[in-house]
Amino acid sequence: MTATAEAILEQAADWRAAGKGVALATVIGTWGSSPRPAGSQLAVDDSGAMIGSVSGGCIEGAVVLEAIEAIKDGKPRLLEFGVTDEQAWEVGLACGGKVQVYVEAVE
Amino acid sequence: MKRAILDRLVADRAADRPVALATDLESGLQSLIYEGDTHGDFVLDSDILATARQALRDDRSAIVEAAGRRIFLQVHNPALRLILVGAVHIAQALAPMARLAGYAVTVIDPRRSFATEARFPDMALLTDWPDEAMERLALDGRTAVVTLTHDPKLDDPALQAALRSPAFYIGALGSRKTHAARLERLRAAGVGDTDLARIHGGPVGLPLGGRSPAEIALSVLAQITTVLHRAGSTQGHAA
Repeated sequence: MTATAEAILEQAADWRAAGKGVALATVIGTWGSSPRPAGSQLAVDDSGAMIGSVSGGCIEGAVVLEAIEAIKDGKPRLLEFGVTDEQAWEVGLACGGKVQVYVEAVE
Repeated sequence: MKRAILDRLVADRAADRPVALATDLESGLQSLIYEGDTHGDFVLDSDILATARQALRDDRSAIVEAAGRRIFLQVHNPALRLILVGAVHIAQALAPMARLAGYAVTVIDPRRSFATEARFPDMALLTDWPDEAMERLALDGRTAVVTLTHDPKLDDPALQAALRSPAFYIGALGSRKTHAARLERLRAAGVGDTDLARIHGGPVGLPLGGRSPAEIALSVLAQITTVLHRAGSTQGHAA
């Protein structure tokens, strides 16, 4: 792939090659008006630096925290976000969609 | 994800090799699926392989369920390509905009005073004749072409080369009058009406009302985007 703005996996590989802990978060399913389609990715390093996105900025904060946990324990996680009740505003999708995100550490 | 899988995926992307990553959402096991073979420690049955290859052709990542397992197929296709003929002012705006939108951009112009590194920093530049360059680039169904030189000696052969390819978008800069004259020349050169209708022109781009090079570039990129998604799948034509 020639240089484009979406070099997320490339950045993840570079971080890992530099000895950093790295996790990948991937949108695997969406319902309703979720902002990013399945396949969209966010890479996170162990300091919390991130590249890419899994929403319009609504859930990245929570996903980064889970990603850092995944880097620590090596276990993949399946997260689900959506406006299911009033409380969901804190880490939910303001647009009313629902999204499933798979988070995995790079070994 | 195993580091070996990530490194291989990055190498595949660098080589423009279409690949689908299959992840078992329960076990986390992963394999890479190519058009011809597979790689990884997750053994896949022929149904999943067929679904994954269809997902590659449709350019669509999705969850599939098979034998009680949920598997996510993530599609990695080579970047969409944009070929700009004419290293002109509008190209200087359109090339970086298109790159932001995810296109691998190539600018072709045999006029070396136009096609300079200073005018197009960090951009793929070719100074061959457009039709020769385009034959070599092997345009596929994930490629867009826009001619911008206003010079029939450069634009016309480029358009003819584009029309011989399955490029999903072909645009030609020029006023209604210029475009009408261009269509006449191409018709006289033996190009049929069905092919001529593939050319967006007279004027090119969506009618945003702007006149500056950046505004015209925006209207062209907007039209390319509309055509890309109206077509639904950009595959089908892909080699």
